[in-house]
Amino acid sequence: MTLTWYLVLAAILFTIGAVGVLVRRNAIVVFMCVELMLNSVNLTLVTFARAHGTVDGQIMAFFVMVVAAAEVVVGLAIIMSIYRTRRSASVDDANLLKY
Amino acid sequence: MNSSWLTLLLLLPIAGSMVLAVLPARTSAAVVKQSALAISVLTLALAIALAIGYQAGGGYDYSVDVDWIKLFGAHYALGLDGIGLTLVLLTVILTPVVMLASWNDGDTGRWGPKGFFAWVLALEGLSIGVFAATDVFLFYVFFEATLIPVYFLVAGYGGPARVRAAVKFLLFSLAGGLVMLASVIGIYVETAKSSDGPTYLISELQHFDFGTSVGRWMFVGFFIAFAIKAPMFPVHTWLPDTTESATPGTSVLLVSVLDKIGTFGMIRFCLELFPEASRWATPVVVVLAIISILYGAFMAIGSNNIPRLIAYTSVSHFGFIVLGIFVMNSQGLSGANLYMFNHGLSTAALFLVSGFMISRRGSALISDYGGVEKVAPVLAGLFLVSGLSSLSLPGLSPFVSELMVMVGAFVHSPWAAAFAVPAIVLAAIYILWMYQRVMTGPVREGVVGMPDLNVREVSSLAPLLVLIVVLGFYPKPLLAVINPSVQHTMSEVGKSDPQPKVTEGEAAK
Amino acid sequence: MPADGLLAASWLLIALPLAGAAVLLLGGRRTDRWGHLLGTATVVASFVIGLLCTFQLAGLEEKSVGVDLFTFISAGSLDVRAGLLYDPLSAVFVLLITGVGSLIHIYSIGYMAHDPGRRRFFAYLNLFIAAMLLLVLGNSFVALYVGWEGVGLASYLLIAFWYTRPAAATAAKKAFIMNRVGDVGLTLAIFLMFSQLGTTSYSGVFGSVGTLAGGTVTALGLLLLLGACGKSGQFPLQAWLPDAMEGPTPVSALIHAATMVTAGVYLIVRSQFIFEYTSDARLAVAIIGTITLLMGAWIGCAKDDIKKVLAGSTMSQIGYMILAAGLGVFGYAFAIFHLLMHGFFKANMFLGAGSVMHGTNDDVNMRHYGALRKAMPVTFITFAMGYLAIIGFPGFDGFWSKDKIIETALSQNLTLGLCALLGAGVTGFYMTRLMLLTFFTKERWEPDVHPHESPKVMTVPLMVLAALSLLGGLVLLNDWIVTFLSPVTGEAPHEDPPLPALAISAIAVIVVAIGVALAWFLVGKREVSRTAPEKVSVFTAAGRNDLYGDAFNDLVIVEPGKSFTGGLAAFDRGTVDGGFEGTGRALSGLSGALRLAQNGFVRSYALSLLAGAALVLLALVVVNLA
Repeated sequence: MTLTWYLVLAAILFTIGAVGVLVRRNAIVVFMCVELMLNSVNLTLVTFARAHGTVDGQIMAFFVMVVAAAEVVVGLAIIMSIYRTRRSASVDDANLLKY
Repeated sequence: MNSSWLTLLLLLPIAGSMVLAVLPARTSAAVVKQSALAISVLTLALAIALAIGYQAGGGYDYSVDVDWIKLFGAHYALGLDGIGLTLVLLTVILTPVVMLASWNDGDTGRWGPKGFFAWVLALEGLSIGVFAATDVFLFYVFFEATLIPVYFLVAGYGGPARVRAAVKFLLFSLAGGLVMLASVIGIYVETAKSSDGPTYLISELQHFDFGTSVGRWMFVGFFIAFAIKAPMFPVHTWLPDTTESATPGTSVLLVSVLDKIGTFGMIRFCLELFPEASRWATPVVVVLAIISILYGAFMAIGSNNIPRLIAYTSVSHFGFIVLGIFVMNSQGLSGANLYMFNHGLSTAALFLVSGFMISRRGSALISDYGGVEKVAPVLAGLFLVSGLSSLSLPGLSPFVSELMVMVGAFVHSPWAAAFAVPAIVLAAIYILWMYQRVMTGPVREGVVGMPDLNVREVSSLAPLLVLIVVLGFYPKPLLAVINPSVQHTMSEVGKSDPQPKVTEGEAAK
Repeated sequence: MPADGLLAASWLLIALPLAGAAVLLLGGRRTDRWGHLLGTATVVASFVIGLLCTFQLAGLEEKSVGVDLFTFISAGSLDVRAGLLYDPLSAVFVLLITGVGSLIHIYSIGYMAHDPGRRRFFAYLNLFIAAMLLLVLGNSFVALYVGWEGVGLASYLLIAFWYTRPAAATAAKKAFIMNRVGDVGLTLAIFLMFSQLGTTSYSGVFGSVGTLAGGTVTALGLLLLLGACGKSGQFPLQAWLPDAMEGPTPVSALIHAATMVTAGVYLIVRSQFIFEYTSDARLAVAIIGTITLLMGAWIGCAKDDIKKVLAGSTMSQIGYMILAAGLGVFGYAFAIFHLLMHGFFKANMFLGAGSVMHGTNDDVNMRHYGALRKAMPVTFITFAMGYLAIIGFPGFDGFWSKDKIIETALSQNLTLGLCALLGAGVTGFYMTRLMLLTFFTKERWEPDVHPHESPKVMTVPLMVLAALSLLGGLVLLNDWIVTFLSPVTGEAPHEDPPLPALAISAIAVIVVAIGVALAWFLVGKREVSRTAPEKVSVFTAAGRNDLYGDAFNDLVIVEPGKSFTGGLAAFDRGTVDGGFEGTGRALSGLSGALRLAQNGFVRSYALSLLAGAALVLLALVVVNLA
């Protein structure tokens, strides 16, 4: 079993996440796609840690998870408050910060 | 020898400014004004005491040198030579005069009289710092710091377009400062290569060899900043716009004191630090100076707005000063130094007296006046004397300096002088034509009943005019201070006066 | 030699009137009541000191006394010391300035009695006397220049004395500016002296000018001549002088006739040590003098304004002096001699004209005069003395002085001499015309004018000046003035004139008589209309317009200058400032375009993020491959 498959899987997951961020309007879905990208990176980190026989990558992955958790808290809170004021979860509707 | 006198002189107005700024808001305007005036008079007294104790000679007196930022080689170094001393004196003389003349000008401004007088004091202290700094880095800090008070003085007090004018002034000055910063950093880079480590001390930089091409680039950096400050053609356009909008007092501090930093810097930094580059640039600078002289004069003739007109006369006069500096002989350099002082006095008088008139009539346009001499003879008389000093009438101090500069220019190149001399005709045209349109003729409608100058106004002008007349006949006290420093500068530049074909000694044989 | 005795205090000569001016100007209205008396007293005191100084000088072995005062300007090798030089030339001028000045001060007490600005007037007059004395007493060209500009200022102030009249204000400005054009020459000459000789003092230049190259000396001479032209109203800088008559008449008498306008002659005679080395410059001086003497006479023939006629004649007479000065060592003394005599008779006539105006409600148009001799007998008699002097009636002082100039000119340069002779004839014509129109012919007074004689305070100075016009020529007795001046002007080698001197005098008198006769037939015998005829010859029209000097200046200098400054203002706004403002606008336009990318759509930001990441990746790949 080579590492290649893990990396290919991570790349596919990342691409799916990136495309999702770009094409989906629903903030929750966009958010989940971002999570997907983060996790694909985690997968890559763990894979390389395994390959090198060190734990550096795994530690990094833990960091990412912690940050992702914090991000989820803040991000969902923002999405919630936007939804409450605008009655919409579309990212295109939240465009006040422009020009 | 370290001496803390200069630090005291510098801190006195700055501390005063801070005290004014933190005074409780309910403090009456009169108390604010009187204490500001008292501080500036105290500064004046201290400066006069320093001037009396000054040891004339080529070097610096009252020096202080303390390490500041070792990493850069920056020092807190102050000292006065003849050139700096005259300009410090000019600053401390003009500040109380401006305060007295602008007694009520700050009342209606954005930050009230408290702000006005506090900024004026801050400007005084920072200007003293600029003229006394003997370290390039320290100079640079003061140089940029002076912009702050002027920005607020222009933006907060003055005519309707004052904010725009303040921004224009700031952008021009900052642009120049930025170019200069490149050269300042360059000094660090170059000196850091040497075995002694980086230094910004002028006394050490004078002996440092920058190499031809590096020296020239650094010279250009400094020169552009100073040319904008001075201001010279073609980077002069901020000055008329600023004086048009600023209060007369601000204009005086700006043109008479702050702009002198430009020409002062040319001597102190361009000439003394980069002598080779200065000699290399001389032809171009002399041509630019002559263009400034004539251009400013012609523009003044064409102006219908009195403060703009005075600003353009200053462009012309600064052309003379730069000409005197870059012909690099004793007459030119001493003349240029003296010119800085005299121009400060005469332009200040002209700005203030026309400001008194403009505040009465509520218009700065020449075409709105006529026959003022009839209703306000004292105003007209003082206006005329100020104007005559601006056109360098013999017997008034600017004549001496203009003559010296032109003699220096002639010794350098008769053609340079031949192009500069017609400015005396143009000066007569712009001053007397303005005088004719404003003061003579039948009394115009808006001028009827214009009150003459009051005691405060006359007494603010009196010291200036007395100095102008006294120095017009007896400029020796200033020249005695300036000449040794000029000789020192000349030796730094490596120039000596060309000998006339026949000296008086030989002729007598 | 250094001064002792009273000569050491000769700076008092200048200080006294200066102090007077200062007191009057600074004292304000407090001095209104007695200011004119103080002003007059200081000038009279100066005259007395001048007289005593001159006596002391005359008794000295070496007739040149220096008074060193203080260092004026010093920088490097430039060392200008303020000092005075009292020698025969300055002595003559001191006496002329303070003497005629005193008389005119006294006269002005009467003339300006009812003017609200009397104090100011006397202050300016005192200022003028002080500056003029500095001009003639200074021991260097720089000191001369200080006085030179000082008299220019006083002249400016006095021409514009009635400043509410636009014409007066304009004339004053014009005079000052045209003088400054001349000053360009004088200042350049001073710079040239310093750069070549290292000194500007008379003694220094005198000692070393001989070492200069010929071209340099000629340039020096021509530059000095330009200065002289400005101050003395000589061609091509003559246009300010007729306009200067806008000032009060005593001013015209003192400044624009007797003293200040002759400063150019002083300058050239004082610089004789320069002109002696350059015959080219001397010739230029003589030619300028001749042109101006004819121009002035021409203008004098055509004017109806009594003061303008006198102004024309002043130009013309100074032309004679300049011509004489241009004749070199033969003419210097005669230039000064004529200058002195002219100072007497011209001041006399100007004051006489003032007296006439005083009696006719300040009317200056001679076509409104006529037959005034009965109404103002004293004025008439004294004026007649001046008249006889200026036309060169034998025995009067103008005869002696002008005759000498014509004689010298004829022997040195025949063409110029003949022109000078012609000028004498024209002088006879226009002065006779003036006399006839004013004092003879029929009454043409304005209805409300009742001519009357002026008060004693005005007529006594007239009488003194008339006496001087008659007797002034006595200083030529035994060639006294020539000998007195010779330490400065040099001794002329004896040369025989082409004709005997007596014959030349006779010819001159005949030419003048022809001019007088012409005036009698053209003016005295005919009816004089109260309005100037419209249809006149080209020559008269040109004369009335000052030979189109103003038109020329307007066309060639003023109008192009106005267009130029207008164009320059547009250039300053549009191109220079426009360049900077344009840069600012361009920057703000660019940022305006760039900020449109911030469109508020999160997904587009994400796309640009992705594109950026892809770009970085691509760059890495490319770099790794390379």
